[in-house]
Amino acid sequence: MSAIVLDATVTGLDPWRGFTGDSWHTSIAVRDFIQANYVPYTGDSSFLAGPTARTSAVWARLTAMFPVERERGIYDVDAVTPSTITSHQPGYIDEDTELIVGLQTDAPLRRAIIPNGGWRMVEGGLKAYGYAPDPAVAEIFTKYRKTHNAGVFDAYTPDILAARKSHIITGLPDAYGRGRIIGDYRRVPLYGVGALITAKRADLDACSQVPMTEEIVRRREELSEQIRALGELKQMAASYGYDISGPARTGREAIQWLYFAYLAAVKEQNGAAMSLGRTSTFIDIYLQRDIAEGRLTEEEAQELVDDFVIKLRIVRFLRTPEYDELFSGDPTWVTESIGGLGSDGRPLVTRTSFRYLQTLYNLGPAPEPNLTVFWSPDLPPGFKDFCAQVSIDTSAIQYESDELMRPRFGDDTAIACCVSAMEVGKQMQFFGARVNLAKTLLYAINGGRDENSGAQVGPALPPLTGEVLDYEQVAQRFDTMMEWLAATYVNALNIIHYMHDRYAYERIEMALHDTDILRTLACGIAGLSVAADSLSAIKHAKVRPIRDERGLVVDYAVEGDFPTYGNNDDRADSLAVDLVESFMTKIRKHPTYRGAVHTQSVLTITSNVVYGKHTGNTPDGRRSGEPFAPGANPMNGRDRHGMVAAALSVAKLPYEHSQDGISLTTTVTPNGLGNNRGEQVTNLVGVLDGYTATGGFHMNVNVLNRSTLQDAMAHPENYPQLTIRVSGYAVNFVRLTKEQQLDVISRTFHGAL
Amino acid sequence: MTRTVLHRPDLAIMPVGAHTGPEGELVASVHSWDVVTAADGPGTRFVTFFAGCHLRCLYCHNPDTWEGRNGQRVTVDDLVAKMLSFKAFINASGGGVTVSGGEPLLQERFVEAYLRRCKQEGLHTAVDTAGFLGARATDRLLDDTDLVLLDVKSSNPRTYRRLTGVALEPTIVFGDRLAARGNRMRIRFVLVPGLTDDPDNIAGVADFAARWGSVERGGVVEQVDILGYHRLGLAKYEELRLPYPLPDAVPPTTEQLAAAAACFSDRGLRVTAS
Repeated sequence: MSAIVLDATVTGLDPWRGFTGDSWHTSIAVRDFIQANYVPYTGDSSFLAGPTARTSAVWARLTAMFPVERERGIYDVDAVTPSTITSHQPGYIDEDTELIVGLQTDAPLRRAIIPNGGWRMVEGGLKAYGYAPDPAVAEIFTKYRKTHNAGVFDAYTPDILAARKSHIITGLPDAYGRGRIIGDYRRVPLYGVGALITAKRADLDACSQVPMTEEIVRRREELSEQIRALGELKQMAASYGYDISGPARTGREAIQWLYFAYLAAVKEQNGAAMSLGRTSTFIDIYLQRDIAEGRLTEEEAQELVDDFVIKLRIVRFLRTPEYDELFSGDPTWVTESIGGLGSDGRPLVTRTSFRYLQTLYNLGPAPEPNLTVFWSPDLPPGFKDFCAQVSIDTSAIQYESDELMRPRFGDDTAIACCVSAMEVGKQMQFFGARVNLAKTLLYAINGGRDENSGAQVGPALPPLTGEVLDYEQVAQRFDTMMEWLAATYVNALNIIHYMHDRYAYERIEMALHDTDILRTLACGIAGLSVAADSLSAIKHAKVRPIRDERGLVVDYAVEGDFPTYGNNDDRADSLAVDLVESFMTKIRKHPTYRGAVHTQSVLTITSNVVYGKHTGNTPDGRRSGEPFAPGANPMNGRDRHGMVAAALSVAKLPYEHSQDGISLTTTVTPNGLGNNRGEQVTNLVGVLDGYTATGGFHMNVNVLNRSTLQDAMAHPENYPQLTIRVSGYAVNFVRLTKEQQLDVISRTFHGAL
Repeated sequence: MTRTVLHRPDLAIMPVGAHTGPEGELVASVHSWDVVTAADGPGTRFVTFFAGCHLRCLYCHNPDTWEGRNGQRVTVDDLVAKMLSFKAFINASGGGVTVSGGEPLLQERFVEAYLRRCKQEGLHTAVDTAGFLGARATDRLLDDTDLVLLDVKSSNPRTYRRLTGVALEPTIVFGDRLAARGNRMRIRFVLVPGLTDDPDNIAGVADFAARWGSVERGGVVEQVDILGYHRLGLAKYEELRLPYPLPDAVPPTTEQLAAAAACFSDRGLRVTAS
């Protein structure tokens, strides 16, 4: 197949013409390339271009398909072809007009099956949407080719199974791809696939003349798989008519090469989060070179970005309704990290940082890609104002503190999923979902028995004495229960990630990492505010346990007032801080698979609803089944001193004990920010500066009226693009379950901040 | 409305000099505090709502702040410590502190001491007052005040008394004093259809504001905020088992707000309406 020539003048161009610096010539060093070549942009948004007619037409073709997808759950699926990098014929939205090409399958919104993670997820997903699994494929993945899911359940212990069944540990990536691994997709345009294969071959050769220990054997096998995957990437691009063995020569090629690399990853991995990395400033170097050379206008540059983002918006995976109950709205977490500062103090903001955000206007608001701004009070004012304006208009951006990440992870860090920071191409994580701390407290009170089923799940403890709960006694038992939970949890994660490496190894994503990388074991906690408030009630008020006929404590009578987390009141906030530290300390006691570094997140995404559903009455007065607050948020309505006081309570949670991220979701009404647009922008910038300055990590900002959401529930057809942020990612509001919609509406709205 | 505040028993038990603690330190009665944006001054602000007010404005949405004896007793150190826990945030957002209420000037010695400490911390300060007790504010207190949020509820003495239970004149005298001293002001005016929306009444308030002068023209008035009446206070009355004084009042329309705003902007004043 002959390569497509985009423009006759491109052939023969030196791909690296005009680039400076040389440290990135001799080894793979994308960060050095960026630092040597990017030009910060400190102006405002006035240069941006709107959508072209072509862009609007391509997007309109897709939006016409969305209602069917929303109604049926999926638009279509190829039920017979297990997806690999090269499994499907080329697919197009509109072959004649697309600027950036490539789809996961041969047609837009047609999902693929990716059984390596687990056959059950595929089978359940197909059946849920009325498709019959192909018998031959079923036989392969149940008889001849073991999956990650099958491996995990071979090794799970009775303790782990019981903890999983009772929902004290939930959302484990044991049935599908673990995700949260970011390939450094920029390496493909900068170096070309050929050079990347050469580098990996050298790493393979370097471990040929050493004793074949288990570690070296694994390394050799993984490197061989990585090299094979790079070859398939080249082959897949060739099927679209592109030869990507060499570096990209233009901005359009750079975006296309980068997208092919990302596409290869999502063709092969049904990962929990398939994030993109930090690409805008990298791409900017190419676009600005083209503009300087007269090859591209601003409108054309924006058009390329828009077309790329259209592709990112239609990444789809086949999942089951149970999965959707946890993480609603069909999320893929194509997270793109924008902004931040370099270690030399120069902002990493470029015109293309603006262009990425501009897609929210040109294509309308959308949850994906998950646009994440690395915030620092030292960002250029023009960029800060534009971010705030986009937030006010679309509620589609999240913010994370560059001030907390840069010193720890460097200035080429990106977010995987919602709040997980990692140095691109040099670090990956073993995703570990989360445990339910509120339920753990109930286990402490009930001696390890589940408050709903009555089953003995945790270690048996002697019955509690006394008519009123004694804080010291409860705290001590809670500690014991957390020790058991941490041990069980790390065991489960070690099993999961051993099996994932073995049966569903991320070949292409790891091919776009250094061969020697840092791994983290990303643990997590849910129900922090419920647990902290419950402890506060026991400590500061009188809490009488109420038992049922089984002798189980199933409810609590609370006499007196108690301080609650979320009011910048240390009496309650310190309890939350202690819990974060204490659980992290317990996690660290247990050895990890592949020597991963332990980390933890305070994040729930939408799973706070399901966690609450499976948790009985709690001593803070929360009723059985009532949703938890999302992420690290205070419980709904208990933050009585406004959004800033709530944010400052969250900012007290120690990032050093929660390096996988701490999530805060806020919703304000437009009037709560100011009387007019200018005032709203200034005040939102002030809130973000203030939150960052006081040590806050992450903030989702929704600027909405409650009535808008209520109307969207009643008339979803009028709000196909209404996007709201929910603990670390954004969703289409109309695609949430009714229960989740009500939860969002019931959350604290801050009329005045 | 016949009741006048000077006969109120809770005021009678709060003579000057009585608000000190056992060790002679100043103690205030504080209803609550909040950290708010886009209200009560520029940026994000630490707002203290002092307990106790001698006015009984018919449209008051905070009847829970009327009674001084219902507040929490706090010392200046307590309040400063609480405020300082937000200082980094306040500074980063270009905000400050605001004393509100209730009527903060009812506890003017405490307020004076508190504002002094805030100024020592380099913070922007605002006093939100109806102005009736303006005479109690010493020059020292006003020296430490960067912005006075002055409620001018009506320009007509009779309407004012009907609305608040007290006389208008002290507020205007206070406004004149602030203007003479060069204290910056934001004028607030609540628009209640059927109660304060008489064109003459609005024009009269605008005349006072114009007399004090817009900052742009060398005066002291930064801005006029026209606040549309709302019924969000209703639930508080029910909770306190108090009759709601305006059972039939409705919020103004956008057109009514715009018409009122025009009256101020015609006089060269910067105005917001919400």
